[in-house]
Amino acid sequence: MEPCCSDDGRELRELQQSTVRFAGDSGDGMQLVGSQFADLASLSGCAIRSIPDFPSEIRAPAGSLAGVSGYQLNFGSEEVTTPGDAPFVLVAMNPAALKVSLPELQPGGLIIVDTDEFTPTNLTKAKYPANPLEDGSLEGYRVIPVAMTRLTEEATKASGLSGSARARCKNFFALGMTLWLYDQPLQPLLEWLMHKFRKNPAVMAANGASLRAGYNFANTTELLRVHYRVAPGNLPKGRYRRVTGNEAMALGLITAASKAGRPLLYASYPITPASDILHELSARKEFDVRVIQCEDEIAAACAALGGSFAGALGATGTSGPGLSLKTEALGLAVMTELPLVVINVQRAGPSTGMPTKTEQADLLMALYGRHGEAPLPVLAAATPADCFDIAFEAARLAIRYMTPVLVLSDSFLANSAEAFRIPDPDRLPDLRMPGPPPGSPDFAPYRRDPQTLARPWATPGTPGLEHRIGGLEKQDISGVVTYDSENHARMVELRARKIEGIAEAIPPAAVDGEPDGDLLVVGWGSTYGAIVAAVRQARMEGHAVSHLHLRHLNPLPKNLEVVLRRFRKILVPENNSGHLATLLRSRFLLPVKPLTKIEGRPFLIREIRNALEAELRP
Amino acid sequence: MSAPTLSLPETPLPAGADCLRQLTRKDFQTDQEVRWCPGCGDYAILTQVQKVLAGLGIPRHNFVFVSGIGCSSRFPYYVNTYGFHGIHGRAPAIATGVKCANPALSVWVVTGDGDGLSIGTNHLIHCLRRNLEVKVLLFNNRIYGLTKGQYSPTSEFGKRTKSSPLGTIEQPISPVLTALAAQATFVARTLYADPTHLAATVDAAARHRGAAFIEILQNCRVFNEGSFDEVADRASAEESRILLRHGEPIRFGKGGRRGLVMSKMEPAIVDLEAEPARTGDLLVHNARSESPALAALLAELEPPQFPTALGVFRQVERPTYDDLLMEQIRGALAKRGQPNLKALLNSGTTWEVE
Repeated sequence: MEPCCSDDGRELRELQQSTVRFAGDSGDGMQLVGSQFADLASLSGCAIRSIPDFPSEIRAPAGSLAGVSGYQLNFGSEEVTTPGDAPFVLVAMNPAALKVSLPELQPGGLIIVDTDEFTPTNLTKAKYPANPLEDGSLEGYRVIPVAMTRLTEEATKASGLSGSARARCKNFFALGMTLWLYDQPLQPLLEWLMHKFRKNPAVMAANGASLRAGYNFANTTELLRVHYRVAPGNLPKGRYRRVTGNEAMALGLITAASKAGRPLLYASYPITPASDILHELSARKEFDVRVIQCEDEIAAACAALGGSFAGALGATGTSGPGLSLKTEALGLAVMTELPLVVINVQRAGPSTGMPTKTEQADLLMALYGRHGEAPLPVLAAATPADCFDIAFEAARLAIRYMTPVLVLSDSFLANSAEAFRIPDPDRLPDLRMPGPPPGSPDFAPYRRDPQTLARPWATPGTPGLEHRIGGLEKQDISGVVTYDSENHARMVELRARKIEGIAEAIPPAAVDGEPDGDLLVVGWGSTYGAIVAAVRQARMEGHAVSHLHLRHLNPLPKNLEVVLRRFRKILVPENNSGHLATLLRSRFLLPVKPLTKIEGRPFLIREIRNALEAELRP
Repeated sequence: MSAPTLSLPETPLPAGADCLRQLTRKDFQTDQEVRWCPGCGDYAILTQVQKVLAGLGIPRHNFVFVSGIGCSSRFPYYVNTYGFHGIHGRAPAIATGVKCANPALSVWVVTGDGDGLSIGTNHLIHCLRRNLEVKVLLFNNRIYGLTKGQYSPTSEFGKRTKSSPLGTIEQPISPVLTALAAQATFVARTLYADPTHLAATVDAAARHRGAAFIEILQNCRVFNEGSFDEVADRASAEESRILLRHGEPIRFGKGGRRGLVMSKMEPAIVDLEAEPARTGDLLVHNARSESPALAALLAELEPPQFPTALGVFRQVERPTYDDLLMEQIRGALAKRGQPNLKALLNSGTTWEVE
């Protein structure tokens, strides 16, 4: 942090990246101002990565610790790959928000607080025995106390709104201060407010006034001597938007169905943290998205499969407990060899577990959690934006290989947002897969494509291809029910070979860094960002560390073993007890070392850094 | 870009396609050996359903038969149309996906008392209440046949079976009452032993626009022989069956000499030969009533006190789920114009990185 220039007598420092956290009561509008700030940071060219922290209760008591809603944004150069280990700036709208967020704040970090909310009642609700603003417990941080509620009420008088309605605009006061602090312009936000509240001019005026007041307050107060300019990222050229993992997943499904020339049939049952996919798709009916909110998870999987039988691209989304319920239908999908995309947005388990917390503990279930020999492809998204590509890839494999495909996301990816380079749909692969022509004399339901081993997708409504499928074992080619032992062995083998053959159609494993060395970090899913950052830091310090991230977990890339064997040590960080490590050990008989974290939270960069250092110690 | 259509793209018909001529029962037979036990009631049902299908004017390739698990659920293998033999209890859910993917298809669910009213009750109820345009044939033999003779959810209280050697301690569930409670728009009951009534009922269900539910009383010769003898017996049919006809007074017995009246809010039988004056008091069947009350009352009649009511209990009109689904899609299309993937991907706040 070197001072570089100044304006208005204030010092303007340049930062490579910075992490800010907006925290308040769930009614304080923290998600709104956080996401607006994320858009502004993006507009200034920064890479962004955000993570919300919602209360699990729908309406937790105001001012309580359980009711704190937070939005953390990490932004800056392309180094930004996670929402940030520790916020540099904390905006705390009440004592509870301060208490919940303080442990993660950087030493010396900046705290902006609304002093009006530090009342005896609120301090009690936050279980503070004494006012932390006065008892010296915040020494070591830079505290900016602001009578934010009163200043907001004052600044918005002209709007004509009631006092309490005006006070609700204080989130924009806080945002205004943050804009000044990070040397961001007001104009784009004022324009956004004009659009957002175009039907409610009084609210628009009040929020605008509050935003300006916050900005001006920060600009004039003696308390803030320094402000910051965060370096823009060096992102690849293109048009971008901000997406969460769930949004990207929904967009990927719509795009894939469209490129396949088929309706998307999405059947689902509401479950945290997958429901947003259902919401996104329900709002996109003009894309011929046939959304069915089913009576349960089982019905959702079965309806999606029925949809695929009838020629739609069937998809269903869920989280852990729901995947347990869908496993029987997954077996049926394996047996009937129909395309089906199943999205599992993992959450902390077992059972109901911690529905709003993240975990990666469904990997072995995804790979093996079905009775009988029931292999299917398993994919995992690495980042929120990657959810688009992974959904598209899942549909591609499902259609080309006539198979259910399991996609693993998780609560962290689902809710975290980042910049998404918008693809040109015209340049995405064509996923059309015509069925056999009507009346084909040589049609047989299990006559396979010699290359992919996929059976034909003959759909009801096609003359001359009437046939029956189901969960009973079928005679090879003819599809007639049979309990013949040799045929069963053959069909088991064919189904397995078909899935193994997908390795021919997926990219080889590619290492980020040197192709050989002391240590390879192998990850999958949402650990991507933290691993990238930790490995980059270690490499800058001259360590021979490389990173390999798996998006295809079944089948694994063909060259994986060769790649792994080029490294002396292999470390696998996972938010589970070591699922991928177990898989790699059993598959390749390699001494893979797991790094586990099962706390309902993603890895911090420094946690992986520390593990790397321990491994690299001679 | 695929534009929403009511059905998948029309495929040209091959020369000599069977859909271009009048179909017969034979067209719906498959080359599969039918594997039900000799004398099973399912044979009669299969024959009548195949006959009805041939007369509906629907090409063979537009039928889909979906089933769950159980003896009845083998049905799709024996009908030469598209078929999906699913998993236990889930046929209505699979059928929901089939119908929503291609509403132009004629979708049938074949299920049993165990499949449809035990493991799959949830799906059955929701399929009916949504008024999805599917035909549900529930074969009720009051026993688990395929697993060799355990009591089913429709088994009589106290019934002794392999899994209830001391008699069941469960009240049976009524298929018709369940369908009525689910607000099904077409609810009927028929029996395997009366092919004419069976065919007429299936035909009426096929022509109903909406979810149609038929309980088909069926005899399991091996594990529950004689379960429906009282109603199935031809000789006593006039006394043991009430044949429901919409708009007509409810009479039964030889020459319609007995009838059904309400007495103190309870159904009662009157002998019209002894009391001809009571003809005017007879309950008149109204299948079109929005209220399911009369239908429920008739569904509950059972031997030995009452004859068994057969026929259509309820037939009302409501928009179907699949029609409403497609209406919403067409509505969104009309409001937002042709779907544009580029516009979708570029929606919201976007920015350019140079």
